[in-house]
Amino acid sequence: MNHVLLPRSLNDLWSAIRDFPEAAVYAGGTDLLVKIRNGSIPPKDLICLERIEALKGVVDHGDRLVILAATTFSQLLQDPAITNRLPVLAKAIACLGSPLIRNMGTIGGNVCTASPAGDTLAPLYILNARVELASENGVRSLPISQFILGPGLTLIETGEILSAIHVEKPHPEAIQHFEKVGRRNALACSLASMAAIIRLTDDGTVLAASLAWGSMGPTVITCPEAANRLIGQPLSLDRLTEAAAIVRKAVCPITDIRATADYRRTIAGNLLLRLCTLQMESS
Amino acid sequence: MSINCKINGKNTEIRGPADRRVVDVLREDLGLTGTKEGCGAGECGACTILVEGEPRLSCLMMAAQLQDQDITTIEGIGEPEALHPIQEAFVEQGAVQCGFCTPGMVLSAVHLLNCYPEADRSRIRRALSGHLCRCTGYVKIVDAVEAAARAMGKEIKP
Repeated sequence: MNHVLLPRSLNDLWSAIRDFPEAAVYAGGTDLLVKIRNGSIPPKDLICLERIEALKGVVDHGDRLVILAATTFSQLLQDPAITNRLPVLAKAIACLGSPLIRNMGTIGGNVCTASPAGDTLAPLYILNARVELASENGVRSLPISQFILGPGLTLIETGEILSAIHVEKPHPEAIQHFEKVGRRNALACSLASMAAIIRLTDDGTVLAASLAWGSMGPTVITCPEAANRLIGQPLSLDRLTEAAAIVRKAVCPITDIRATADYRRTIAGNLLLRLCTLQMESS
Repeated sequence: MSINCKINGKNTEIRGPADRRVVDVLREDLGLTGTKEGCGAGECGACTILVEGEPRLSCLMMAAQLQDQDITTIEGIGEPEALHPIQEAFVEQGAVQCGFCTPGMVLSAVHLLNCYPEADRSRIRRALSGHLCRCTGYVKIVDAVEAAARAMGKEIKP
């Protein structure tokens, strides 16, 4: 039998980690417990973060928001700071898993799982997220793009937990968009996803653009060349088509049971064309 | 180890390994076999229970996570002689065929109608989107929850 610890505070957590340094840490369990069940991770002692109130909620720091790591997706969708200021993230969370998964899974878990198809990752990259890693000895923080190394691989060290995610609030008038392509609407692993934050001038010229794609490589692909192609121009279908061609060259998807690499490459570009209709909605 | 929680309104002490799955504790130790196990991986919703009123997957919870929680399983919803209005509607609308998904569907519907008593079809479909049914094609299940919402609305408003 393995231990399952349920610390109620960070102090309890640090002593649990001291007592069981080999234990796996989880919050919702929607990834880890599946992997233990299917044998891809051997059974081990577990430390569950779900009862630590200090790891839950969203804190407003003016120009940025601090999302505490053990906040469930359902809790985030009920938080006006997320739905009003970070619609790109809210849209990604709204189509993540199923209501049941969203009641259990947490944003910190989604980042630590570091799946190429992790739905929150592309939005977090373009929100310039920094992850906060805490241990008994203190706190460090680094950009999410440095933290995630590849599928399931991060820079988290033994004794550390991901405690919070800091994101910049986009300009209030920026267009924030997320779209995911899957085989069905619920419980679908994304074949491709795209997050976009676009700022237009009053006459409709692109002032700033941040774009990121999920499921298009080992980690999130940001394509500054495609974003640069949009800047200084109206958000026209012609310009988006040019940028989409750049994107299709930049991504490096795989073929698996869900889709071929060619299909994913095609839809990576097609997702960008959608921005054309969004601009009409916003004006 | 000893785990204390409330199950279907009754204070319950569970003795056994902390790393046993909640679905196994419920079915095998407590005999609450209304909770089903389908995929065991969080994709089918058959093992749904309410934890503090919110639907969760009992195949992805360890026994230790029951500590101090208020749990409702399908056995805590209605009685065979006095069905919950949602259960009644499932019967009337023909929303049950093999019945394997029904406990999970009903528990998610209970939570939905607690939060949104006037939920429309699209909200009902979203609320049930984590539950697979291989028999009905879902239409009658959505019909049933819609009918239950109407029936329960009438109960509240005299």
